[in-house]
Amino acid sequence: MQIPDDLHYTREHEWLRVDGAEGVIGVTDFAQDSLGDVVFVELPPLGTVLRQGDPFGVVESNKTVSDLFAPVSGRVVAVNEALRDRPEAVNQEPYGAGWIVRIAVDDASELENLLDPAAYREHLAREQSR
Amino acid sequence: MARRTPLHARHRELGARLVEFAGWDMPLAYRGALDEHRAVREHCGLFDVSHMGEIELRGPGAIACCQRLTVNDVARLGDGDGQYTLLCNPDGGVIDDLIAYRLAADRLLLVVNASNAATDLAWIRDQAGVGVEVADRSETTGLLALQGPEAETVLRTCTPLALDAMAPFTIREGLVVGRRALVARTGYTGEDGFEIVLDAGDTPAVWDALVEATRRRGGMPAGLGARDTLRLEAGLPLCGSDMDATTTPLEAGLGWVVKLGKADFVGRPVLARQAAEGVRRKLVGIRMEEPGVPRHGQPVWVDGVAAGTVTSGTRSPTLGTFIGMAYVPLEAARPGTRVEVEMRGRRLPASVVARPFYRRVSRERAHADT
Repeated sequence: MQIPDDLHYTREHEWLRVDGAEGVIGVTDFAQDSLGDVVFVELPPLGTVLRQGDPFGVVESNKTVSDLFAPVSGRVVAVNEALRDRPEAVNQEPYGAGWIVRIAVDDASELENLLDPAAYREHLAREQSR
Repeated sequence: MARRTPLHARHRELGARLVEFAGWDMPLAYRGALDEHRAVREHCGLFDVSHMGEIELRGPGAIACCQRLTVNDVARLGDGDGQYTLLCNPDGGVIDDLIAYRLAADRLLLVVNASNAATDLAWIRDQAGVGVEVADRSETTGLLALQGPEAETVLRTCTPLALDAMAPFTIREGLVVGRRALVARTGYTGEDGFEIVLDAGDTPAVWDALVEATRRRGGMPAGLGARDTLRLEAGLPLCGSDMDATTTPLEAGLGWVVKLGKADFVGRPVLARQAAEGVRRKLVGIRMEEPGVPRHGQPVWVDGVAAGTVTSGTRSPTLGTFIGMAYVPLEAARPGTRVEVEMRGRRLPASVVARPFYRRVSRERAHADT
């Protein structure tokens, strides 16, 4: 299970990569593995304003449907259009070509509410032992 | 604890994602359902379907028993022939769908769904009558499905049976990898293929040899995930999802299976009446006009009224579109009818389309075209 060192994580298994004043959001390796083959990612319209914790999209596999939650507040400045034709990128490269949206981050202090890689790893261990 | 097939250890070794299905620990996927789906469409895939039930009817009354309990005409079968058929209840509702093989004049093999095997067995035992012994062989039997355009080429390397002489739905007894087996030309994927009935103890060795032979032709082991997307593209209903005790074969589009002309059988009066009067609802194919996976139980809206229900759906790996099956009122069953599927509080546009969604090019056609 990959948990890259340079990312922030949510308890709902999204990741956030800080890129200057913007953040790129996707789902974790654990999330894609639990979902199984992803067949559809519902993307928000550009410009959507999200508050931290808001649902902003949906990932569907043949097995299940899962909501996506905003790791931090911000405005959607880009969505990964390539997922419309190749949703399987979420499975193949969850931290790369499978990214979902890019947002302009409102308030960098909200990052403190997210998990660092070590905390996320512990969170996974707890979830799996349940 | 969930039951295990004779191949449980093999699935673990292959790194399968195991899920509980119908009370069995089954492989959902090994490498990924998408790859496995494509392998079956383009080359071949090997499935462990040992969870399915095998029920044997033996004795002078075996054929009469099957004739009374199933809707298709067993009298049309010679030794070594099989047919797709259904067990119906007295109301004409579907208890299960199955394949009935005539092994001999006094011996029939019924291959039934895992989820209904116990119900089927109890029902058949209850209804059997005299001159027939009902034996449950599920526990001691392994079942493999080798499916895809190259299935015959692969299997030929493992058996002396004359596979090229086997017509669809026929069954032959012979050796596969040196083990006694029943080989039937059937499947549930919309491709050519075979199902291989084995003693549980012989199943792992045969699996190993077939996995190797399958890989040599660009194929791979495939799990229940691919099996579901394959059968959906082929427009094949899944019992328990697309039909059940509350739906009749005529509503499910399986009128061709029901032989009203044969002697009386369980469910016949209701089905004969329905055939004469016509059905009010029909199982149809649907294709989403906007992305989203149709799921069992989602309402289907026709002219602003919630008038139907989705029974199953998926993203078709072959077509790249979102497809499903649904019961809709007869008036909305014509291909091209615009409907809406309600998912997550929104109504998304969809069209009624003809089944199957995918049809393989037959071997003859493929040669004629080249």
